[in-house]
Amino acid sequence: MKLLKVTGIETFYDKIQALKGISLEVEQGKIVTILGANGAGKTTTMKTIAGLLKPKKGKIEFLGEDITGLRPDQLLKKGIALVPEGRAILSSMTVYENLEMGAYQRNDKEVEQDIENVMKLFPILKERKTQLAGTLSGGQQQMLAIARAILSKPKLLLLDEPSMGLAPLIVTAIFKIIKEIKESGTTVLLVEQNAKQALKIADYGYVLETGKVIISGNAEDLLEDSRIVEAYLGKKSS
Amino acid sequence: MLLEQLINGITLGSIYAIIALGFTLVFGVLGIINMAHGEIFMFGAFMGIIVTSTLKWPLWAAFLVAIAVTAILGYMLERFALRPLRGKQGVSHLAPLISTIGVSILLENISHHLFGAGNHPFRNSFAEINFQIGSITVYLVQIIIFVISIILMMALSYWLLRTKAGKALRATAENLETASILGVNTKKIIILTVIIASAMGGIAGILVGMAFNSVNPQMGLSMGLKGLAIIILGGMGNVKGAMAGGLILGLSETFVVAYGDSGYRDAIAFIIIIIILLVRPQGIFGQKSAAEGR
Ligand SMILES: Nc1ncnc2c1ncn2[C@@H]1O[C@H](COP(=O)(O)OP(=O)(O)OP(=O)(O)O)[C@@H](O)[C@H]1O
Ligand SMILES: [Mg+2]
Repeated sequence: MKLLKVTGIETFYDKIQALKGISLEVEQGKIVTILGANGAGKTTTMKTIAGLLKPKKGKIEFLGEDITGLRPDQLLKKGIALVPEGRAILSSMTVYENLEMGAYQRNDKEVEQDIENVMKLFPILKERKTQLAGTLSGGQQQMLAIARAILSKPKLLLLDEPSMGLAPLIVTAIFKIIKEIKESGTTVLLVEQNAKQALKIADYGYVLETGKVIISGNAEDLLEDSRIVEAYLGKKSS
Repeated sequence: MLLEQLINGITLGSIYAIIALGFTLVFGVLGIINMAHGEIFMFGAFMGIIVTSTLKWPLWAAFLVAIAVTAILGYMLERFALRPLRGKQGVSHLAPLISTIGVSILLENISHHLFGAGNHPFRNSFAEINFQIGSITVYLVQIIIFVISIILMMALSYWLLRTKAGKALRATAENLETASILGVNTKKIIILTVIIASAMGGIAGILVGMAFNSVNPQMGLSMGLKGLAIIILGGMGNVKGAMAGGLILGLSETFVVAYGDSGYRDAIAFIIIIIILLVRPQGIFGQKSAAEGR
């Protein structure tokens, strides 16, 4: 079943057109990855889907419903959560308060239990729960941002470059977590520079260039695709 | 004598703190200086006079009316003077400031028109009630002002720290975009912030009326500037800083008048600002990064 269907979206910053008609689909229960060079429009795509930017043209459907132009808080209610590029943790609030904010829209009784559970998944957060989130290291902040997003119980989790600026060991840990998130039933749309690792865990992939989709296909096929090997996997292939 | 001045200073300081809290909340969330806050406060003070002197209702009713009227003023300020400027391309970042200055002039003129110029006495039945403790005199009014201010500050702190809406406000203050992707309806939080800040201004208006026994349409400006001085002193957008800054200003003013020259009373706030800006530009409680705006 299609969870997300994006058709021909065009997004502008003032007069600069960042997206020139992007179309993509995300199947339920899958990991779909978006690759592309710096400035290709990956973040703009994610922000448009999450409602932080409004597309001038095009349509975004979620579970068959037109959600184009809704606000981020309305989209979260429908089940779309974004972990933005650069993490965007609330640095003046404690780690625990950040997690509570992750469950902001929920009113059920399991919130506390769920916070306990994600802290088991990320033990470092439990250790640091009363500390201000701004004092965490980069990797810890990324864990917090992901944990926080999970707490909204999204149907679709948008992750924008979760491995950016992290040490290789932490990157591996983050990718493992993303796989676990998928296995727990949450669909993931993942933007990555780390093309090889992203394609290894993904089911499907899109490659963006200057605001357009230039290649798309099954992840295994993309791993073999000569254009991608050349442009993104060349140096890192091992 | 010293103790008496200390009590006077704390009374005044706690009112200043309430006014500064209104400034700091709005600055924290919207990143703007609300120059109309002083005039909203002045409207609160006039509501106190109308309710207690003209209508002869009890003091608690004056608080309720002042809260209601200033909350409505706050809502209208946000709705008509701030919201239309938000998120529009090509709007200067100074536009909201100018807009609030416009509202402040408008409100001052309206109050001239409605209430008349000049000083209006704020009568209340217990103005003269006082207690003699040893050699010092404490007025009931001072105790009431102090108790109300403390309750208000504690309630606000509790609300900000412990409740869901309070946390949403803090999240919005730190980063509007982040708050919105966490599911906060930031538009609502902004309205709520301006309303709460304005209602606190309204309460402060009555407290000032009670403390000085006099209210006039110009009082908004000087009080507004002092509130501004306090949040610069305490750290822009910082709640603890507003409380501490209010107390410091109240105490220093009182002591300057008591032991120095009363002519310098209103200059104190600005002397303090200059010193703070030179020595610790981010304010007593402010972090360096907080000076960057949000
Ligand atoms: N706030 C902005 N104002 C103007 N132009 C912008 C803004 N943000 C992005 N752009 C432009 O839009 C285009 C797409 O940017 P975007 O951030 O989506 O790229 P990206 O694929 O996420 O890149 P990166 O890998 O570096 O994160 C770029 O040309 C960029 O310069
Ligand atoms: Mg990006």
